[in-house]
Amino acid sequence: MTHVPTGAPPGVPATKVAEFGSPLLLSEEHHLCPGCGHPVAWRLLCEVMTELALADRAVGVIGHGCYTQAAVLTDLEWLQCLHGRAPAVATGVKRVHPGVAVFTLQGDGDMASEGLHELLHAAGRAEPITCIMLNNGVFGDTGGQMTATTVVGQRTKTSLEGRDPGTHGFPIPVADLVRTLPGTAYVARGAVNNAGAVAQTKKFLRRAFELQMEGAGFTFVEILTMCPTGWFIPTAEGPGYVASVFEETFPVGQLKTLAPR
Amino acid sequence: MAVRLLQGSDALAEAAVTAGCRFFTGYPMLPFTGLLESMARRMPDAGGVCMNAASEIEAVNMTIGAAAAGARAGTGSCGQGIALMQEAVAEAALNEVPFVLFNMARGQQDYFQCTRGGGWGDYRTITLAPRDVVEAVEHTQLLFHLADTYRAPVILLGDYLIADTNMSVDVSPRDYGPLPAKDWALDGSTGGTGSSRQIWSWDIGKANRPGRGPDGQWKHIADKFAAVAEAEQRHESFMADDAEYLVVSWGTSGPFVDYVVEELRAEGVRIGSFRPISLWPFPEAALAEAAAGARRVLVYELNAGQMLDDVRLSIPDRSKIRFIGGVSIDYSGMRQGELLQASAIRAAVRRVIDEGD
Repeated sequence: MTHVPTGAPPGVPATKVAEFGSPLLLSEEHHLCPGCGHPVAWRLLCEVMTELALADRAVGVIGHGCYTQAAVLTDLEWLQCLHGRAPAVATGVKRVHPGVAVFTLQGDGDMASEGLHELLHAAGRAEPITCIMLNNGVFGDTGGQMTATTVVGQRTKTSLEGRDPGTHGFPIPVADLVRTLPGTAYVARGAVNNAGAVAQTKKFLRRAFELQMEGAGFTFVEILTMCPTGWFIPTAEGPGYVASVFEETFPVGQLKTLAPR
Repeated sequence: MAVRLLQGSDALAEAAVTAGCRFFTGYPMLPFTGLLESMARRMPDAGGVCMNAASEIEAVNMTIGAAAAGARAGTGSCGQGIALMQEAVAEAALNEVPFVLFNMARGQQDYFQCTRGGGWGDYRTITLAPRDVVEAVEHTQLLFHLADTYRAPVILLGDYLIADTNMSVDVSPRDYGPLPAKDWALDGSTGGTGSSRQIWSWDIGKANRPGRGPDGQWKHIADKFAAVAEAEQRHESFMADDAEYLVVSWGTSGPFVDYVVEELRAEGVRIGSFRPISLWPFPEAALAEAAAGARRVLVYELNAGQMLDDVRLSIPDRSKIRFIGGVSIDYSGMRQGELLQASAIRAAVRRVIDEGD
């Protein structure tokens, strides 16, 4: 293996080898915390929209949480709605514009705690929309309280000694639950804690939107992300925590994929 | 003119479809159920969608999605079901998504619910209360127009007498004039243009084009409803010009009150009636004028006295006002009860007249 010497300045100046911007990002400035995984997920969403040529026929429905800024920072049409209700709202949009790519972007607090009812019924109806859940196991926007997906042992502001099943019960594996419903065409769980996971998650998102546009049915992508301020661990350890703790409860991968009908 | 004999629920469905409603959803609850069933029958042929929602909360949020996408849309329920929808009605008022909410109420105990909201924020809802099926058909078409005019959710407050009575109605389309363009409605087409749209009750806008922000948006909403309050007051009066006794009632109580007014007039009593058609905005000025010459203003409604508050706010001399309604519950659970009878109303009016002074 060739080792690149890093102990001295390079002999030739570094050159830019790739453009990392996305045409759908309106600004690179955002208000999320350094170490947060959400912006990576938005970025993947923007790339997939661009690559599938869906940007000018897509409507996003967004819930409540830190990630809501995606509606400000991306050049897509967005409808902001009440906490948890995005799958119902997206259903109304899709029924009016069947040819449009309709998706929801929600956190685990929004989707699994507040809005599980709307999610399960949209999936049960085989509603041809794509629901994306950014799962960091806490209500990040309000400072890190326990949600329905907080893993056993995870410390949050409302489970200070760690989630205890005797007191708080068990986390709800949303993707696994959705997978069991006959109306779902595609269910996958990805992560954004390292480069390989990011690349894999992008493939999941891309496949979900492809199947939506092919009319296969309800599609769902859960994305494990880090919350540097809501977690009781050093920010730099966030990606490792996803791999060693979160993925124990929420294994990543494709859980279900059907051919288009 | 297309006159048909229709049950109220079918007549409302016909009026909604004629008005261009193409998305409807709801969760069964009497007496709203008939309208939901009728829309489910009617919508496919009209090229629209009627969905079976899994709850009232899901129903109203589906409706917001369809309306934000540009469709004329409606939903409904009554009482407790409307209570579940209130949060979304408030959200729609604040993010300016127009739709028609049909409250086919049990009795008259939803007056506060419809006129005072129950959701969050400085919003109001235009609420029309028809006296019968004929007027309900008219109101349905008008409400779709008003919703689009003001970009706001609006309410038809009916009851089972509207839902379940057969009447001959004119179901031909009404033309209420031009409407502002729905250039705000989302169809996905502006993504990637640098001018993509966003609907948000905080009106944050985009990074490259900031919106009003929450403060500005909510002031804009407050100003809009102040203007609606001036422009959209509706009422009807009957034999009220020289009335010594003025009976104020609303909705399907109106015809019962008018019957009693006619009877007592024939007996020489100078009595008339006043009926707010828009419960919000309440026709304050018109009621003040109608009541100016009256010795007594009698408020009849089938609740513990909800419109009574609006009557008190409209009339400078509160000492004139007497409440002659009350909670009236029947065995069917529809909450009209024994007080909704001409003889009971007549007796209540007589008691006030006989008390003298």
